[in-house]
Amino acid sequence: MSDIPQNTNATPGWLRRNKLALAPWLFLIPALVFFAIYVVLPIFESLWLSLYEWNGLYDAQGNSTATWVGFQNYVKLWDDPNFWTSLRNNLAWLILYMLAVPAGLFIALFLNQTVTGMRFYKSMFFFPFVISQVVVGLIFGWFYNPDFGVVGSVWKWAFCEETVNILGNATFKCSRPVPDILSSPEWATYGIIAAGLWPQIAYCMILYLTGLNNVAADQIEAARLDGARGWRMLWYVVLPQLRPATFIAIVVTVIGALRSFDMIAIMTQGGPFGSTNVLAHYMYEVAISEYGERYGYGSAVASVLFAIMLIYISYFLWRMYQDEKDSR
Amino acid sequence: MFPRPIEKSSPSAKFAYQAFLPFALLLWLLPLLAIFLTSIRSAKDINSGNVFGWPSEFKLLENYTAVFTQSEAAQYMLNSVLITVPTVAISVALACLAGYALAIYRFRVAVPLFFLFVAGNFIPFQILMVPVRDMSVQTGLYDTIAGQFLFHAAFQTGFCTLFMRNFIKALPFDLVESARIEGVAEWKIFWYVILPLVRPAIAALAVLIFTFVWNDFFWANVLTQGEGAKPITAGVRALNGQFVNNWHLVSAASLLAALPPVAMFFLMQRHFIAGLTLGAVK
Repeated sequence: MSDIPQNTNATPGWLRRNKLALAPWLFLIPALVFFAIYVVLPIFESLWLSLYEWNGLYDAQGNSTATWVGFQNYVKLWDDPNFWTSLRNNLAWLILYMLAVPAGLFIALFLNQTVTGMRFYKSMFFFPFVISQVVVGLIFGWFYNPDFGVVGSVWKWAFCEETVNILGNATFKCSRPVPDILSSPEWATYGIIAAGLWPQIAYCMILYLTGLNNVAADQIEAARLDGARGWRMLWYVVLPQLRPATFIAIVVTVIGALRSFDMIAIMTQGGPFGSTNVLAHYMYEVAISEYGERYGYGSAVASVLFAIMLIYISYFLWRMYQDEKDSR
Repeated sequence: MFPRPIEKSSPSAKFAYQAFLPFALLLWLLPLLAIFLTSIRSAKDINSGNVFGWPSEFKLLENYTAVFTQSEAAQYMLNSVLITVPTVAISVALACLAGYALAIYRFRVAVPLFFLFVAGNFIPFQILMVPVRDMSVQTGLYDTIAGQFLFHAAFQTGFCTLFMRNFIKALPFDLVESARIEGVAEWKIFWYVILPLVRPAIAALAVLIFTFVWNDFFWANVLTQGEGAKPITAGVRALNGQFVNNWHLVSAASLLAALPPVAMFFLMQRHFIAGLTLGAVK
């Protein structure tokens, strides 16, 4: 009975009393709604769509023409050689892309000095990361070009003899044919990965440079007095302190490797004969291609890629959760 | 400091280091340098295989003007600006609000919601592609500027919220507490206490998101088809088809596409690196 007068009084005060419980939601709602519509819900839609066959069209009544096929898309994937090629290339990307981490560390160690003009050198070394991958892809596509590019002209200088005819046109006689890296099914993927490493090394380098800036100087000096130097110093004293930088470098490199799309689309479009495809590009190719749209099958490819990425995301979140717990 | 500062070594080692630096840089930027040289050459040089030699004539202005007069490059550049700028504004604004909520208030779902934003940031684009494209077609946003910046803004909100939340979490909580004791309304605390303090984070996010979105290529392909809404990254690819083997024009167009983020980087370097290396130090 004693509750009743309180309740009637509480109506205007309710908002005030629950202010701290309500306020976060008011701040969160715009971002949350936006993020849910464009990011969270589409993930589930894609997973769901991967169980359908759909060409993306709607009938006259506005109903989707998708038909339920269950797990058939995944069965088809299992028998699809292009899928396995893409998966294998994804693995090659993952492994070789990891070279960016030690290479970035190496350049960071090389540049971690304070001579005049060092700031300029550091930013110039970082430069490739700022350029769009489309442009990096075009640059390297031309770099590898056997007729007009750098590889071609270096090769001609080393192995070819130039003869100029009366009209002034040059022809080349080569002891070994000029390699056409991006047209060779064996080499093209490695050519693209090498191009992709260029900006990624720059990224890892900047992470390590920042990390090196924050290495405790007293520990280094103490280790030096104990006679540590060179590799042993790096391995036992410096690297343990660089662990946060290494962690972030590995995370961004894995994500970068699995997201590789731009360079492949620019340099080879998955060719020759599908030999440079990765899941990200293969998905795009099957979902929207000249041969008609296959949204269901594409979604199945995307779901596989998502599942692979989920392993890394879970690991990352788990690490973050440990840090959160510690900081409380 | 590791490695040992070169000043402490012999003068000859210092000299060798300083002499080697420009050489190393040249080697590192060789692809870029070569493409720049190509972009100022004449077509004649390129056909005669003069890649590294001194250009027989300098065509800097001619080639770069040709890109604009012989293609839609100006339109693409404008589209890129119209997509990038609203994306930065929307995603940073939403992230300020959401980051504040997740950092300051203690409620049960704060950490799970935060992790949702973090996870969303790492997912492959392809898992979003079909639904987002279908939704854009259904709502008439396909092949429009708005369709692109709305998506980018939503997606980048994940990264921005991660960044903002951690930044605000590192601020002294007493500020908020004492304002509350004074009886200041929550939104006023946000506006007058927190917002002025997160300006460096806003600057860092603005340059980073600008670069990420300017360099986007995947969504430009998924969400557009015509010239009207294509950004420069997709435009450059179209030009590549149009200028087949006119490598001097392709190079010039590529360098033009790369220019705005590069300028942004050199102007706002401190903020850019502060944003990128978040989490690399403890």
